Amino acid sequence: MKMNVILSSIRNCAKNLLLVSGLLFAPLALAAGSAEKGKTAFVKHGCWQCHGFVGQGGVTGPKLAPNPIPPEAFSAFVRFSAGGMPPYLKAILSDDDLADIHAYLQSQPKAPDYKSIPLLNP
Amino acid sequence: MSRKDPGPKADRRRFLTGVVAAGAATAMAPVRSADVVAQAPRAPSALPPSGKAAEAETGTPRELARVKGIPGSDFMVDVIKTLDIKYLPANCASSYRAIHESLINYGGNKMPEFLTCMHEESAVGMAHGYFKVAGKPLMTLCHGTVGLQHATMGIYNAWCDRVPVIVVGGNDMDAATRPPGVPTFHSAQDINALVRDFTKWDDTPVSLQHFSQSFVRAYKIAMTPPYGPVMISLDAGLQQEPMKNHGGEKPYIPRYVPTAPPQGDSGAVKEAARLLAAAQNPVIVADRAARTANGMKLLVQLAETLQARVIDQGGRMNFPRTHYLSAPPTAVGNADVIIGLELSDFWATVNSYTDNGMNEGIGTNSTRIKRDTKLISISSVELNTKANYQDFQRFQVIDVQMAGDAEATLPALVEAVKAAIPNDRKAAIEKRGEAARKAYAEGMARTREAAAVAWNASPISTARMCMEVYAAVKDLDWSLVASEGNVSNWPNRLWPLEKYHHWLGRSGGYGVGYGAPASVGAALANRDLGRFSVSIQSDGDLMYAPGVLWTAAKHKIPLLSVMHNNRGYHQEVMHVQRLSNFRNRVANLGGDMGPVGTSIQNPDVEYHKLAESMGWWAKGPIKDPAQLGAALREAVKVVQSGQPALLNVWTQPR
Repeated sequence: MKMNVILSSIRNCAKNLLLVSGLLFAPLALAAGSAEKGKTAFVKHGCWQCHGFVGQGGVTGPKLAPNPIPPEAFSAFVRFSAGGMPPYLKAILSDDDLADIHAYLQSQPKAPDYKSIPLLNP
Repeated sequence: MSRKDPGPKADRRRFLTGVVAAGAATAMAPVRSADVVAQAPRAPSALPPSGKAAEAETGTPRELARVKGIPGSDFMVDVIKTLDIKYLPANCASSYRAIHESLINYGGNKMPEFLTCMHEESAVGMAHGYFKVAGKPLMTLCHGTVGLQHATMGIYNAWCDRVPVIVVGGNDMDAATRPPGVPTFHSAQDINALVRDFTKWDDTPVSLQHFSQSFVRAYKIAMTPPYGPVMISLDAGLQQEPMKNHGGEKPYIPRYVPTAPPQGDSGAVKEAARLLAAAQNPVIVADRAARTANGMKLLVQLAETLQARVIDQGGRMNFPRTHYLSAPPTAVGNADVIIGLELSDFWATVNSYTDNGMNEGIGTNSTRIKRDTKLISISSVELNTKANYQDFQRFQVIDVQMAGDAEATLPALVEAVKAAIPNDRKAAIEKRGEAARKAYAEGMARTREAAAVAWNASPISTARMCMEVYAAVKDLDWSLVASEGNVSNWPNRLWPLEKYHHWLGRSGGYGVGYGAPASVGAALANRDLGRFSVSIQSDGDLMYAPGVLWTAAKHKIPLLSVMHNNRGYHQEVMHVQRLSNFRNRVANLGGDMGPVGTSIQNPDVEYHKLAESMGWWAKGPIKDPAQLGAALREAVKVVQSGQPALLNVWTQPR
């Protein structure tokens, strides 16, 4: 069996277990991160490519900020994604960088109400 | 292949000999081969010319041998003029020099008017964009070998996008007499073979009578749905030789009579109507359904008769985005009957593919629809499927499949649906419409909410850029002639696209480099109709063949081009990132923002300076969203004065 199949199987199992029970794994806690470092990590690891420089999202990736999902869910998704987004394992994205990225997303200001923007109410 | 009658009395070979001799006489005296052998080493050019050379440079050239009679290429121009072809975008080439000369001198450079292009791909792209506005095809000329090789990607896009373009390639076929060297490098046995897999028809006429029939036939085939590009190989000899009578008569020009488009089988139409009328939740999906503005009206009639939601995939402007029945792609999920109209990919309409590295790297497939959903298709492309290029996409089982043109079939389908709806279903159908109104309003609110995120970000968000552009043109009779480079579909999601010319679709084959030339071609057609053209121009697309900017300035084609300058090939960035992750390797950025080979930065291209150098009004780079509105208003005024204008806007990736 090829290595990527094994990895895929491991990821699938992990994801399914997380989604189904939510209890079998200990929560993937993230240490408090640095928003400033997270801004750099967000670009360095290519998150901006689909989600935009401030995590606003688009047709290629969902909105991440403001109000990102909780750290545990964020970490689980990034590590075990089996959807359109490729998973980021620890070897390529450290827990520290992941925590910083979450902190960066959390630091994003609330978006203005679209009703207050004339161009969005022609 | 050789022609049956080489026309020896005043043939082009003697004419060519004369040209060569005369050309040489203007520079230096003709040299015999014996002279070449005995020639001394060449003296430095700074020395005074010899007496012989001076005589050759200042003397009167001898009389050229002239071709007697009417040049064949004049007759070709007569044929072309019967077909009402307004423009001829082309890059000049010696293999079609005879018809080039006839077009601009004998033909007066009108109908068609020659437009100077700097790349054959640009010429085809211009014809592509022009057709989508004007509904009439253009022709282009090119070297049959090297020029056609440049043109092929544009032709493939036109093929996939079902757009007629008449491509004529010059080719000097007589190997025994054609000039050696470059003209022979530029000749081939069968130039059409290069594009045969993605053209509807091709021919190699060997007489003028053959040419007139071929050209009218090519036009007719190109203009019969499904539309598509056609190719004619035009022998240089045939262009240059004098016209000869055939059987005592001059060659005739066949009259062009349009072919009626194919319609879906009447029995299949009735069965489709029965399914749609009985459906609880029918959904209409359209890609290239509306060939004309009338196609849009017919689709609205069908949708309103059924109160069915419509997913416009955007190959053409099929359905008004302001209509409450306009729906997102996810609407197929609740459908029990789906009718697809000229879909380029029915499989992907009802299934999804995820490139997640699973299944040994080939990804996963899943259905988007319920198990028993009935599928109906009307598509003229069923009549024109070829084997090699895979534009027919994955195979999808369809319950009622019609090989016919959707727009031509819609009148019969609308009537059949009206007849099939029983009276006791009408109230339920009206109620369906109420639910659609609610879903539409909620969807628009969610879309605007999403657009507001990153509204003030720098680089400028694609939502902000698109809405600033709309605000600048909304009071004009505008036409969004191209939207290349993925701006998260904001124009389709937020602009009130209502008229057929508001949205022209995309490239068809996704060959990058379509946006710039297609915009210029469409702007040319809009210029003649008094409309304002605006394009969202991606950076990578423009850099394929930026010379088309010069063509726009040269021929005074007004166009507002707003750069979506995200400084990368973002369609490709994620592919490399994805594979890096699957292989558990850190993507090598090489000092740029995206993986090595996907960024267009360091140095950053100054598109405003590029455009300025080719005669455009231009401004940039604009990185602050607060500055964009004023710059756009300034640019709009420039375009209204008849000039092209470009704004270099630094944007978010998508």
